[in-house]
Amino acid sequence: MKALFAFAASTLALAATPALAQDVAMTGVTVATGDGSAPIENGAVVLRNGRVVYAGPAAGMPQTSVAAVEAPQGSWVTPGLFATVTSLGLWDVGAVSQSNDTNAGGSPFSAALDVAPAVNPASQHIAVHRAAGITRAASLMSSTGSIFQGQGAIIDLGSDGDAVVQPRAFQSVALGEAGARVAGGSRASAHALFRNALREAGQFGEDARIPGMESSQRDVRTGDDLPLDPRLSGENRERGTDVLLTRFDAAALVPVVRGEQKLFVMVERASDIRSVIALKREFPRLDLVLVGASEGWLVAPEIAAAGIPVIADGLDDLPASFEELASTQSNIGRMVKAGVKVAINAAAMENPRNLNQYAGNLVALTRIPGADGLSWGQAFAAISSVPADIVGMGSRAGVLTPGAVGDLVVWDGDPLELGSTPVSVYIDGVEQPLESHQSRLRDRYRDLDTSDMPKAYDW
Amino acid sequence: MKKLALLALAASLTACATANADSRTASASDKDWSAPKGADDRTPFASTYRPYPGRPTALVGATVYDGKGGRIDNGTVLLRDGKIVAAGDASLSTEGYDRIDGSGKFVTPGVIDIHSHLGDYPTPSVDAHSDGNEATSPMTPEVWAEHSVWPQDPGFTRALANGGVTSLQILPGSANLTGGRSVTLKNVPARTVQGMKFPGAPYGMKMACGENPKRVYGGKGRMPSTRMGNFAVNRQMWLDAKAYDGKKRDLGKETLKGVLAGDILVHNHCYRADEMALVMDMAKEMGYKVTAFHHAVEAYKIGDLLRENGVCSAIWADWYGFKMEAYDGILENAAFLRQADACVIIHSDDANGIQRLNQEAAKAQAAGRRAGIDIPDAEVIGWFTLNAARAMGIDGMTGSLEPGKMADVVLWNGDPLSVYSRPEKVWVDGALMFDAMDRKRRPVSDFELGQPGEGDVK
Repeated sequence: MKALFAFAASTLALAATPALAQDVAMTGVTVATGDGSAPIENGAVVLRNGRVVYAGPAAGMPQTSVAAVEAPQGSWVTPGLFATVTSLGLWDVGAVSQSNDTNAGGSPFSAALDVAPAVNPASQHIAVHRAAGITRAASLMSSTGSIFQGQGAIIDLGSDGDAVVQPRAFQSVALGEAGARVAGGSRASAHALFRNALREAGQFGEDARIPGMESSQRDVRTGDDLPLDPRLSGENRERGTDVLLTRFDAAALVPVVRGEQKLFVMVERASDIRSVIALKREFPRLDLVLVGASEGWLVAPEIAAAGIPVIADGLDDLPASFEELASTQSNIGRMVKAGVKVAINAAAMENPRNLNQYAGNLVALTRIPGADGLSWGQAFAAISSVPADIVGMGSRAGVLTPGAVGDLVVWDGDPLELGSTPVSVYIDGVEQPLESHQSRLRDRYRDLDTSDMPKAYDW
Repeated sequence: MKKLALLALAASLTACATANADSRTASASDKDWSAPKGADDRTPFASTYRPYPGRPTALVGATVYDGKGGRIDNGTVLLRDGKIVAAGDASLSTEGYDRIDGSGKFVTPGVIDIHSHLGDYPTPSVDAHSDGNEATSPMTPEVWAEHSVWPQDPGFTRALANGGVTSLQILPGSANLTGGRSVTLKNVPARTVQGMKFPGAPYGMKMACGENPKRVYGGKGRMPSTRMGNFAVNRQMWLDAKAYDGKKRDLGKETLKGVLAGDILVHNHCYRADEMALVMDMAKEMGYKVTAFHHAVEAYKIGDLLRENGVCSAIWADWYGFKMEAYDGILENAAFLRQADACVIIHSDDANGIQRLNQEAAKAQAAGRRAGIDIPDAEVIGWFTLNAARAMGIDGMTGSLEPGKMADVVLWNGDPLSVYSRPEKVWVDGALMFDAMDRKRRPVSDFELGQPGEGDVK
């Protein structure tokens, strides 16, 4: 492994120069491919031109001109972890508002907000999480002045300064307690605001006057004595004076209505989940993803039948709010058992680098009577291939399938175990530096000797 | 989404805690400042906790960590009449005890969390439950956390079942420089907080330095609005306390006098190394002692000072970055402190984290190992058992598996420093209060009755 570390040092020194993908072959390692299967002992992995060529038993490794690297005894090789939902790249210090781009409560825009230009590849949190084995993430703002959190991006955590892999990969909307508060105080308002927005988006382009003033208002007759405001009928030619959505926000929702952009829906309560599932009848093209879903286990068969994937809080087990009364650590296990595709939500933990710890906890649940957990393979998939698949990178990331991106992590042990850590990380076949502000502080304070010079000279 | 309860300080709280300066109440003439007697000549709000019945129990064949650094393979632990009778090897006689086969399993002392807000920031986390910060004055030594504790907080039950927590200290929040008295509880459900109070545990007093007090009060246009303001307000408070003669009861002064007398232990929220060094000097100037710095993300920079001053650091494994004073948090904090022979405690400050203190300790241990500092498993267990008990002043009663101590014990279904292990059985004072193998042997709070998920494994 010495050669690999030497290579890492050189990428750090030449950070301005794009590094070339290495061809890598490793044997004698335990391989977890991320696809939900059990780990393969005495496995091998081959990367070429920044892509996975092979991952499987060492015996089946194809002939390659790449010199195979013998990893240390006990090493594991996995795809890079895929973290979603995160705010990686969007903040430096949480409570220092100037450094924090995750909240835009004062913005006139909501759905139109696009995090891609805000992502900072040099963020310390990207460096810290790269060293923890996370190679890709879906980053999103956490709040705006509206039910919409705007458009999230898929990023890679490489050191090359080019983080955004896919801008505007998904839109996000809050329809539970949080959405209700920001919508004016009721879930009813959040749903009305949401439907209004989708209708406006559905008509965007057909109605060039958005948001122009009405010229004449014609009631729509519904057959009884109560005329219906045309704006509620979904077929109005006049928008009147609606001000709930700017033209730019309405335009941003067009791909959502057409099903061309995924819509993350933040809900926790079982009844809220049902209301989201019902949206599919009204807006059949919506490409929905549930986020949070603490009470998902109560309606798991319905979620499965609707084919809606879930990014679920992994270990929430407290009635933290009235929309999470039934939360349990068995939530994910029960949903998976019912056939739901579930990833572990990186936002529901102190830092996304706890993803593997959370996955390990779900494995632990399989030994508790009455609890539902995941097998090792399922748990690892819930932080690698499944989140990648949910955000639209299925079979391309989070998995060691031939043709997938060359994101590789070499661990010094079982990657779900507390004591394990990455010893090397590759993104697109390029070995990554694992240094950060934290590692430099570690190196400086390895001893407290200031007898010759202050610590400030130790760098 | 993660919420930092301590940062979300409700500014709209109404102060309803008026000091009850009833002239009939006895003066603190006995000079027991930490527990002044009431008009009935009794200690106010005294513990009514009594251990529940238990059976003489022998845990046999398990790997035993005694909490004070010892490890016994194929060990035997005997519990009777609420006490530890013995922890030894397989040669101990188990006659007269119910034997529980612990082969392949592990036994540790009950987990102790030195920093919790269960009960004073309970779930559901609604505004009506926000009872942890009396954020109406930067100095509120007169408030007692026990008066905010809601015994029906479902968080207590999760801490027991998933975390193996048997004792915990509930602290006021960190909005104030001096936040008030803490209370130490047995993690046994009760109808009243008195029914949870740890008999004989000393009081603690919460203090906070740094960003929180200056932000909360600076934001209200009053002192302190700076770190130097923090210190000025604190020092004047101590000077005023020292001048207090006790002739007329004063709840705040009684607490401060108790600290100066060494009867009440100071638990000081503090992140930055330089600031901790200043606090330790302030303590010397004023004549009190800081028992532990809590959060202490920069403690690793001054492990030597902390050792010399005999101050513990109660820390997380990996929290960092959420505020400016947490920017320099590193994974090796615990290991570097231990290398400097300073005292390490792993704490939670969190209703979720309290369920995984063993895992947090294991992460901190692993970071040390990668940095070349090997710390034995048996010692790491002490980070969330005996070391916490010491800093809470209850180590003579619990925190280790020593004969005569309270039988607060966890049987884990595997290595407690592995992510794959969970508490299987938890005893408090020898009473089996949780059993993963018996679905009825788990507490369900009043709040959860009749709600979806009642009695679930959680």
